[in-house]
Amino acid sequence: MPQGDYIELHQKRHGRRMDFEERKRKKEARSVKKNSKDARKLLGAKGKRFAKKRYAEKAQMKKTLKMHDESTSRQKVDDDVEEGALPPYLLDRDQTQRAKVLSNTIKQKRKEKAGKWDVPLPKVRGVAEDEMFKVLRTGKRKTKQWKRMVTKATFVGPGFTRKPPKYERFIRPTGLRFTKAHVTHPELKCTFNLDIISVKKNPNGQMYTSLGVMTRGTIIEVNVSELGLVTPAGKVVWGKYAQVTNNPENDGCINAVLLV
Amino acid sequence: MENGSHGSVLCQLVSPEGEHLEAPVYLPHNVGPPQLQDIVNKLLHNEEKLPYAFYIGDEELSLQLGAYMQQKNANVEVTLRIVYQPQAVFRIRPVNRCSATIAGHTEAVLAVSFSPDGRCLASGSGDTTVRFWDLNTQTPLFTCKGHKNWVLCIAWSPDGKHLVSGSKSGELILWDPKTGKQLGTPLTGHRKWITAVSWEPVHLQSPSRRFVSASKDGDARIWDITTRKCVISLAGHTNAVTCVKWGGDGLIYTGSEDCSIKVWETSQGKLVKTLQGHGHWVNSLALSTEYVLRTGAYDHTGKTYSSAEEMKEAALARYEKMRGNAPERLVSGSDDFTMFLWEPAISKQPKARMTGHQKLVNHVYFSPDGQWLASASFDKSVKLWNGITGKFIAAFRGHVADVYQISWSADSRLLLSGSKDSTLKVWDIRTRKLKQDLPGHADEVYAVDWSPDGEKVVSGGKDRALKLWMN
Repeated sequence: MPQGDYIELHQKRHGRRMDFEERKRKKEARSVKKNSKDARKLLGAKGKRFAKKRYAEKAQMKKTLKMHDESTSRQKVDDDVEEGALPPYLLDRDQTQRAKVLSNTIKQKRKEKAGKWDVPLPKVRGVAEDEMFKVLRTGKRKTKQWKRMVTKATFVGPGFTRKPPKYERFIRPTGLRFTKAHVTHPELKCTFNLDIISVKKNPNGQMYTSLGVMTRGTIIEVNVSELGLVTPAGKVVWGKYAQVTNNPENDGCINAVLLV
Repeated sequence: MENGSHGSVLCQLVSPEGEHLEAPVYLPHNVGPPQLQDIVNKLLHNEEKLPYAFYIGDEELSLQLGAYMQQKNANVEVTLRIVYQPQAVFRIRPVNRCSATIAGHTEAVLAVSFSPDGRCLASGSGDTTVRFWDLNTQTPLFTCKGHKNWVLCIAWSPDGKHLVSGSKSGELILWDPKTGKQLGTPLTGHRKWITAVSWEPVHLQSPSRRFVSASKDGDARIWDITTRKCVISLAGHTNAVTCVKWGGDGLIYTGSEDCSIKVWETSQGKLVKTLQGHGHWVNSLALSTEYVLRTGAYDHTGKTYSSAEEMKEAALARYEKMRGNAPERLVSGSDDFTMFLWEPAISKQPKARMTGHQKLVNHVYFSPDGQWLASASFDKSVKLWNGITGKFIAAFRGHVADVYQISWSADSRLLLSGSKDSTLKVWDIRTRKLKQDLPGHADEVYAVDWSPDGEKVVSGGKDRALKLWMN
């Protein structure tokens, strides 16, 4: 049996001393004096240990006292002045934050001229021609191989008419044609379903840009009139660039992020 | 039907309230608006020649009668009803340039207001200060600190001697516009934020002593500034009170988020009537005599008054002239996309229901002459209605985001609207088209005001700058 258990076993069997309670009471009454004596006299490591323990007890006592104090008096809580002041007619409404006024059109025009754009996806994996096109064998003996079918998502404008089938070299299937893109505003983190106006640049090559192929990293122009953006001069903005962020041929939809 | 210059048309001149002026007369075809003006002036025995505008079937008459008949192919046998409307003698020029952008506030500007005489300007903002601005030099005059939270609404007393501002913590503070100092301690009593403040008209009491404030906690309180106490508390609404107006006949109108409008009398604070009808929050109230009550004794002549009695008499004269014989009309705009036209003194039932907006109506405002009513809505349009019958007249489209607030020019010919798309637009009432586009703010425009003398327009918004626009 462990050492300390013998003491307990004896206490169970024979009980305590007769004057146990009295001695205990008196010892506790004297403990105040003992504590103060120790606080004064203890030195060295013992002293440090004692001081630490005493401080912890003091802090705890202070906390409980404060807690008791609080319940008796009620204090007015001063609201902090918050950010984002609203006039009274907007206070009860939670407005979804809308896109704010944009950067200067002059700056945008300058950027366009310089050809330098700060885009979210600067480098994109290149798409090889055999991945982009599927060879279509035509002719009576299926030996002619000059036709190609595009295997990626494309955009054709609203007034698009195919060339006569005998002469069209590139076929853009209607199943892969998209007119709308899910465009996310990077700061507001909300996504809108906006119409595509045109394909501005495909990083894989100028031929793909002219065909209107949209792969990951393509810059497209979208119609943002529903966002209600206004330039500082007061003109309404209706077209902005966005960059495609997914592989539309795998997902069946075009996700893009707006370039602000 | 051929018309020669010798032909004539049977016409009946009718006043805007519907009273016939004289018996129907035959007028020759070469009579146009200037001649009609002479006729009306003579028949009304006006001492000075007042300008009038003429309307046939809600369209303004700008041609000679003969040309008009030919254009419309109107039946010559039917009596032509021509409604004449008095126009303001003075003409306000439309503002078209921003004369100053005054920075100063460190948070969004939430409320702006010109004093009734048009000489001083005050603004309240989210940085808890009220600022007074000097209009001659277009620089800040005083910065008044004292509020603990955003300053939501400000109101000038109609005699121009005091400004009261209400904040988000429910306090109201009185300021002296000449020194920029606070008068006394803040008035507390409301438990939630103040949504609107309205002063007692100066023709009922001069100098101005009492004003009523509405709060989100559901009651409106009448305060007396000399005793600096809350005199009466108008409790009855079960939800926030969104707007309050002190009418010219001594009744207080409160609109609330509990979809009702309550009419109170001011000596005891008893509820007189409850106007029910809206299906959603009542956002804004407008009185037909509101402009006259706001400007008190001051008008376009710029006359100043030295004594309080003079002011009271002049204000009373202006009010009586404005009102005429008709009772005061009240219009309420609501979240249920409609507005009601009431005549509270007559009946509890609305006189007309104005539908047409596709989103909630945020602000309604009568023109200074009471003939027109404009409503600004979150569906990006401003609609113009007949101020007497409530009939729809025209919609002004041009904004690309919610229209927040509107303001009229003092001659009722131009309307200004400020919107979330950061532009202000001036609309011409006569041609019903956009007159001027005022871009320039960098962010949403929260508050607009047109000075009573018509010279300046002030606008403030989220971009913290106060813009003054002039001709």
